Amino acid sequence: MAKLTLKVNGTRREVESDDPGTPLLYVLRGDLGLTGTHFGCGLAQCGACTVLVGGRAVRSCIAPASSVVGQEVVTIEGLGSPERPDPVQAAFIAEQAAQCGYCTAGMVMSARALLAQTPRPTEQQVREGLAGNLCRCGSHARVIRAVLRAAAATPRAR
Amino acid sequence: MAARVSRRSFLTTSLAAGGALIVGFGLDGVGRAGAQSIPDADRFLGKSLAPDMVDSMLAVQRDGSVTVFVGRVDVGTGARIALRQIVGEELDVPLERIAMIEGDTALTPDQGGTGGSYGVARGGVQLRRAAATARQALLGMGAQRLGRPAGDLEVADGVVRGKDGSGSVSYGELIGDRAFNLKVDAAATLKPADRFRFIGKSLPRPDVPEKVTGHHRYLHDLTLPSMLHARVIHPPAYGATLVSVDEASITGIGGARVVRIQSFLAVVAEREWDAVRAARALKAQWSAGTGLPDHAREFEAMRAAPVVRDQEIAKRGDLAALTAPPAGTRTLAATYRWPMQTHGSIGPSCSVADVRPDRVTVWSASQNVHGFQGTCARMLGVKRDRVRVIYMDGAGSYGANGADDAAAEAALLSKAVGRPVRVQWSRQEEHGLDPKGPAQLLELRGAVDKDGEVAAWETQAWLPISTANLPNTPLVSLDAAGIPQTQGRASGLIYQNVDPPYAMPNLSAVVHWVADAPLRTAPLRAPGKIANTFAVESFTDEIAALARVDPLEFRLRRLSNPRGVEVLKRVAARMGWQPRPSPRPVNRRAAVLTGRGLAYVHYKHEETIVAMGMEVAVERATGRIRVTRVVAAQDCGLVINPDCVQAQLEGNILQTLSRALHEEIVYDRDRVTTVDWASYPILTFPEVPKLELEVIQRLDQPPLGAGEAASTPVGAALANAVFDATGVRLRTVPFRPDRVKTALAGRS
Repeated sequence: MAKLTLKVNGTRREVESDDPGTPLLYVLRGDLGLTGTHFGCGLAQCGACTVLVGGRAVRSCIAPASSVVGQEVVTIEGLGSPERPDPVQAAFIAEQAAQCGYCTAGMVMSARALLAQTPRPTEQQVREGLAGNLCRCGSHARVIRAVLRAAAATPRAR
Repeated sequence: MAARVSRRSFLTTSLAAGGALIVGFGLDGVGRAGAQSIPDADRFLGKSLAPDMVDSMLAVQRDGSVTVFVGRVDVGTGARIALRQIVGEELDVPLERIAMIEGDTALTPDQGGTGGSYGVARGGVQLRRAAATARQALLGMGAQRLGRPAGDLEVADGVVRGKDGSGSVSYGELIGDRAFNLKVDAAATLKPADRFRFIGKSLPRPDVPEKVTGHHRYLHDLTLPSMLHARVIHPPAYGATLVSVDEASITGIGGARVVRIQSFLAVVAEREWDAVRAARALKAQWSAGTGLPDHAREFEAMRAAPVVRDQEIAKRGDLAALTAPPAGTRTLAATYRWPMQTHGSIGPSCSVADVRPDRVTVWSASQNVHGFQGTCARMLGVKRDRVRVIYMDGAGSYGANGADDAAAEAALLSKAVGRPVRVQWSRQEEHGLDPKGPAQLLELRGAVDKDGEVAAWETQAWLPISTANLPNTPLVSLDAAGIPQTQGRASGLIYQNVDPPYAMPNLSAVVHWVADAPLRTAPLRAPGKIANTFAVESFTDEIAALARVDPLEFRLRRLSNPRGVEVLKRVAARMGWQPRPSPRPVNRRAAVLTGRGLAYVHYKHEETIVAMGMEVAVERATGRIRVTRVVAAQDCGLVINPDCVQAQLEGNILQTLSRALHEEIVYDRDRVTTVDWASYPILTFPEVPKLELEVIQRLDQPPLGAGEAASTPVGAALANAVFDATGVRLRTVPFRPDRVKTALAGRS
């Protein structure tokens, strides 16, 4: 058993693994109890498992946990809570931008990565930024509005 | 009474709360309101489950809080708030005092599963009557307690009090923790619309804050003490049987071990990733499969298949104008094909089962937990009342995906290993094995006489027959495990809407039921009616074009239902519809061709009414269709929560656009080959059109259902718009660029 030290949502977490290829998703969900990140395809095709690693959107279903050692990992739980949602989450709530909600955490994480890179995106940039996140319920229009709302609500960085 | 409900009113409502969007829901005495159950649900064990009893649907606690029990589950539709609005309205109780338990066979009545757009239209109406019956009873009890005639009393915010405001006794004091022992009174007086406090308001859903923060607990997130993770190794070829397993091939993978029941093969492990790894590493020998038919000939095979029986869906006048057209009468024939498609749940099917000698508990995201209770009892050979199936939210399922298969597998494995077992399918299993929406083939013929009247219309549809009284869709692993089950097929009511909704003197619509389909089928959103409406509304357009009549005018002339006329006129007004026949004059040099089309449906000819217009841009060089704008108007009667209905309208449109533009299940002789999002692509964000949607509020009408109807006009509105733009008629779904490009080339 090898020990991995991860930094997740600002906290150092030690996990044990006998397979260096264990995807980060299984460590987050199984070892750390962070079940807000979901398995969708295991193929990096749908985006449901998206987390931030060093501020970038990463598909945790294929990224080995061993590959993110030493980098800051942020999951959906690291952003906000139902009582204190972060600005992107608050915008998703305001737009009621989820039906089944299974893909939503990945959408929120992709939106965070997009807004970090492009704080004032155009609608087209939002669409492109979320092109790798699939939704089956058809909440797309609300998600686009939510991301634009979050961008508008965030004070312009100096 | 009709009023348009716009998104604006919802936003105003939300923002008026000063950013505090969660109307009182949250962590309180009844647990998280966003969940599908409550932490101490088991204190209600033993309650009435009889669907005609008030107590089966409602309970009032000593503290005056109310618990609602519903067999129909939310699955992301907003039923979780809409049903609370209904109960809060009739009982006059603030919504944050209402807890809800959904889909638990030990606690909720069997309302026949979740489907058919009936969550509110039937489940909600039953609940409303139950709540109204309870209110009547509470008024009676209050009269006794207060020593005043019931006529002098009213209910308000959970108390019975004098209409003059004097004297008051709470519901909790009157009935708290005791049963009503009352049958639901179908004649109980309902609250009049002019006194609605909750119905008709776009109140936010309690589950959304939890879902967007990762705090919502899905079925996939459930773990039990001593639970094992399992992965099933399904046969590599359809009908293949297991010859041998090399158990040593997974030695050293985290203690994973093999479970085998005849040809049912699985691995179990303490840790999920070890189960995944072991399932991939396990070496097994399988026999050759029994073979699938040739996918390339799927529709030809349907057309040639022996017909079990014909079913006449509609018959008026005769088809003489088709068989012996008089001079000046023109005839038209067209064949429409809708392929087999998957539910495409973003999260693959999952279940947790705990099978013990004396009782069985299964957690499932099935839309029919009561149905699976019976299935599970039969497969395990136990009494039905020993099996409890508890719904938990999963990924959207849009009918019946692999939920019951995964649940059956979890139960088989839990019984075999004597511990709780969690099964989760892979992406490839979900795409490959979930029971599919069947392929549908429709041939239409029409005759237009010299005056431009429709002299005859004929629909013939070839559809796989459903098995009468089939207890459940046969589950993949029961056959493998050698557990007997009734074989057969269920696809939902796929024959509806094969006949046009328009006044036509001579009409025949017949379904030719064929014996089989290549793969398992199950209800998939608006079963059958998406393909049927695609054919009927495309052909309506074809006939209008033959008669050189504007497609809107053609429909309005033949429509007598004023609510149908209204939705069409609203769509036309919003689109700025320019009356002219289709297609528009095509500029043969233009690189991008634009056009508009519309379609109309009266769902099942008796439920929700939708008109839908679309604008498209077709790239001649690539054959790519860009849908630029969708305008729709929907009349689904009484709207409990306009924003939730709006969301259903959006979802119906975007999901079906995806199906019409992209989706087709393909198989080779052994297995399905479209087993992921690369080989079975769906709609992505850049493709999403501008949506302009109107939901008509009809406070004086019963609710008609919002979950399905708006999916049905999508295919035809799209095909009609492409025809308008290009003069090319697309009759085979999906409208992928290569197919469109070929069709465009054939035209020029």
